[in-house]
Amino acid sequence: MISKGIKCLVAGAALAPALASADRYNLQTPQTIIAHEIYDLHTLILAICGVIFVVVFGAMFYAIFRHRKAAGHKAEQFHENTTVEIVWTIIPFLILIGMAYPATKTVIAMKDTSSPDLTIKATGYQWKWGYDYLQEGISFYSSLATPRDQLEGKAPRGVNYLLEVDNPVVVPVGKKVRIITTANDVIHAWWVPAFGVKQDAIPGFVRDTWFKVDKPGTYRGQCAELCGKEHGYMPIVVEAVEPEKYALWVADQKKKMAAQADDPNKVWTLDELKARGEKVYAANCQACHQASGMGQPPVFPALSGSKLATGPKDGHIGIVLNGKPGTAMAAFKQLSDAEIAAVITYERNSWNNKTGDMVSPAEVKTLRK
Amino acid sequence: MEAAHAHGHAPGHDDHAHHPSGLMRWITTTNHKDIGTLYLIFSLTMFFVGGVLAMGIRAELFQPGLQFWRPEFFNELTTMHGLIMVFGAIMPAFVGFANWQIPMMIGAPDMAFARMNNWSFWLLPVAATLLVASFFVPGGAPAAGWTIYAPLSTQMGPGMDLGIFALHIMGASSIMGSINIITTILNMRAPGMTLMKMPLFVWTWLITAYLLIAVMPVLAGAITMVLTDRHFGTNFFNAAGGGDPVMFQHIFWFFGHPEVYIMILPAFGIVSQVIPAFARKPLFGYASMVYATSSIAILSFIVWAHHMFTTGMPAAGQLFFMYATMLIAVPTGVKVFNWIATMWKGSMTFETPMLYAVGFIFVFTMGGFTGLVCAITPIDIQIQDTYYIVAHFHYVLVAGSLFAIFAGTYFWLPKWTGHMYDETLGKWHFWLSMIFFNVTFFPMHFLGLAGMPRRIPDYALQFADFNMLASIGGFGFGLSQLIFLWVVIKCARGGAKAPAKPWEGADTLEWTLSSPPPYHSFETPPVVK
Repeated sequence: MISKGIKCLVAGAALAPALASADRYNLQTPQTIIAHEIYDLHTLILAICGVIFVVVFGAMFYAIFRHRKAAGHKAEQFHENTTVEIVWTIIPFLILIGMAYPATKTVIAMKDTSSPDLTIKATGYQWKWGYDYLQEGISFYSSLATPRDQLEGKAPRGVNYLLEVDNPVVVPVGKKVRIITTANDVIHAWWVPAFGVKQDAIPGFVRDTWFKVDKPGTYRGQCAELCGKEHGYMPIVVEAVEPEKYALWVADQKKKMAAQADDPNKVWTLDELKARGEKVYAANCQACHQASGMGQPPVFPALSGSKLATGPKDGHIGIVLNGKPGTAMAAFKQLSDAEIAAVITYERNSWNNKTGDMVSPAEVKTLRK
Repeated sequence: MEAAHAHGHAPGHDDHAHHPSGLMRWITTTNHKDIGTLYLIFSLTMFFVGGVLAMGIRAELFQPGLQFWRPEFFNELTTMHGLIMVFGAIMPAFVGFANWQIPMMIGAPDMAFARMNNWSFWLLPVAATLLVASFFVPGGAPAAGWTIYAPLSTQMGPGMDLGIFALHIMGASSIMGSINIITTILNMRAPGMTLMKMPLFVWTWLITAYLLIAVMPVLAGAITMVLTDRHFGTNFFNAAGGGDPVMFQHIFWFFGHPEVYIMILPAFGIVSQVIPAFARKPLFGYASMVYATSSIAILSFIVWAHHMFTTGMPAAGQLFFMYATMLIAVPTGVKVFNWIATMWKGSMTFETPMLYAVGFIFVFTMGGFTGLVCAITPIDIQIQDTYYIVAHFHYVLVAGSLFAIFAGTYFWLPKWTGHMYDETLGKWHFWLSMIFFNVTFFPMHFLGLAGMPRRIPDYALQFADFNMLASIGGFGFGLSQLIFLWVVIKCARGGAKAPAKPWEGADTLEWTLSSPPPYHSFETPPVVK
């Protein structure tokens, strides 16, 4: 009903063709019920504003052209009319009620996160997203996949520049997906425009939102809350697939996770730890401390030659596990014992650091609080 | 009241022949006009500092990729541009207007607390120095956005502490200035000038001053809590210690929303003086303008969480703040209708002040429309923290507050300096500013709708063409402001002698004084019929 009414209004508006055209002048093509409602609400409000604009500024420009001294107009001296004041207080009020009614319905629909088919926890990290599929037990990180060369203009930029990730979120179409957001360090915001979903991810608190995608496809968004220097580099990619494909993906992920899980009894060699550590470093540490280990002082100190990375092992493990309050150094306790052991081993044996130390996963485990 | 009058009448007590000259005149001055001039010069300086930062932002965003700055310095640019423009340029400019105009418009000899007036100005250069110095400390300037949301702001280097101290000092200055303005308006009006006979500019400032006193301490509280979280082990905003990061936003926006009206109500006042003067017709609906301004001020205290729709409050909270926010459209609409009714059947001429005032109504109202779009919670959730918001608040802050400041400057420059400004250059300044403003900010609506987040140094390729257009507009807008600087300097140094009342339709008390006015405005109070 309402959307029909909106369509009539839009058809009447002179701007209709422009509004109806591609994504570049308007909200992205909606892919969920909520996004559709938002799209229609926006069109409705814009159309009403357009009509008011024409009436009010029609009057103003009429006065500008007719009631000017150069046109010989003599000023009248009227300056009060209570009836007019009441009229132009009441009419806008009634228009607002007309706007508030459909908006209220959408607000209530957006808030209804009850009985989801699937729940995914999205955790904001500086600067990547972590996802946990709560029923399926799948967990992974999702980081920017655009190579650094493209940022610096040394390589041609791809179509999905800054909007591509290594591990996208995969969801089944036609199922109600509940997203739970939280964060590890500062506030982030999980946003996919085509879904009409944006929810802040707040450290220490849990919030939720939901969507149900109609059409299979790849949908892209970005972190929407300023979260530090790499804020522009933590995109969100959601792949919506048919439920059968989704089931295959889940099985595949489970296998992968089992293969990746470290055998707690494995005995690591120094070279194995260093090789593994280099990968962990690239994924977690490099954005701040740089591939060269030189950091970006003074906010992001150098690791190469640092006292911490060449001094006692416990101090080094402690800061990686727990972070350093009041600085940009976040806690990385979400990494596994083996990953932390590997990255610390790598840091203590790279660049100018030649300690020869090897940190074992067991040492990390004992220092975890 | 008795004391104020006795002081004003004291013959030869602080006669203008005796005040110090040279630099000491400005450092020790207690004269409202000198202090007004200092505020305006300070504000103009900060306007150009903030403008240079904006040029840095637009240069980086001219095309995708990282060309000029590292991402963390880009964040410093956006943060400092916001802080400097809000606290250094717009707010002090309005206090400058208040200092110059309020005593002259209500028929008073000076401000009520002349020495405190000096102190509240001279705090500002100190605060500005601290703020700008933060660029040069290890870790650089604050980079958490002008809203300095915790816990990001607790991560920053010592630049954040400098920023916090600067805000504390500016807040103290604003509170003192407000006390002074309220006392002056309530106690020093000429006999016969009842509250409902005050010029609208004085009314809007009276209301603004109350807003400032109410909310600046709230900001001080919020940033003090950030400071103690940073250094003294408190956990106000740290969930791991039992605090709540979202509480910072509630406190900040309880200050922040009235703050946006602090920056627009005096603008409404200026436009309400300029439009009748050039329409040669009294302001339509004076009383309803006063009531509308008061309603906006009261509503400003119950809408703060519309900045926080994406933090995830309950549906009831979202609905309350949506309805309250939508209500603001009613008194704002009343003001626009009254201005147009003032123009209706007038005898208008379009000198630069009038051009800016009409430009204000036109472009500010577009910002009002997008404000209404943002008030609708579901739409806001889509466009919050995107370029749509950047477009919206520049439409109300640049085309709103700044254009009104320009209108007021051209309107009163002949009174302040005793010379007419260069009308041709003034008109060039208006048309270039108007065109480049829209070239800069109109495309940002499209960017925001299509999904470009704000505060990012680099963007996806589909946003490239509109960003390039916005940057070209931005450079044009920035360069156009050099014309303004030149007009003001030229007018201050000489030009055609201005008569006491250069504008035919102007009728407030300041126009009964010579141009420039005597050092002490009204030594004997005028009689208001």
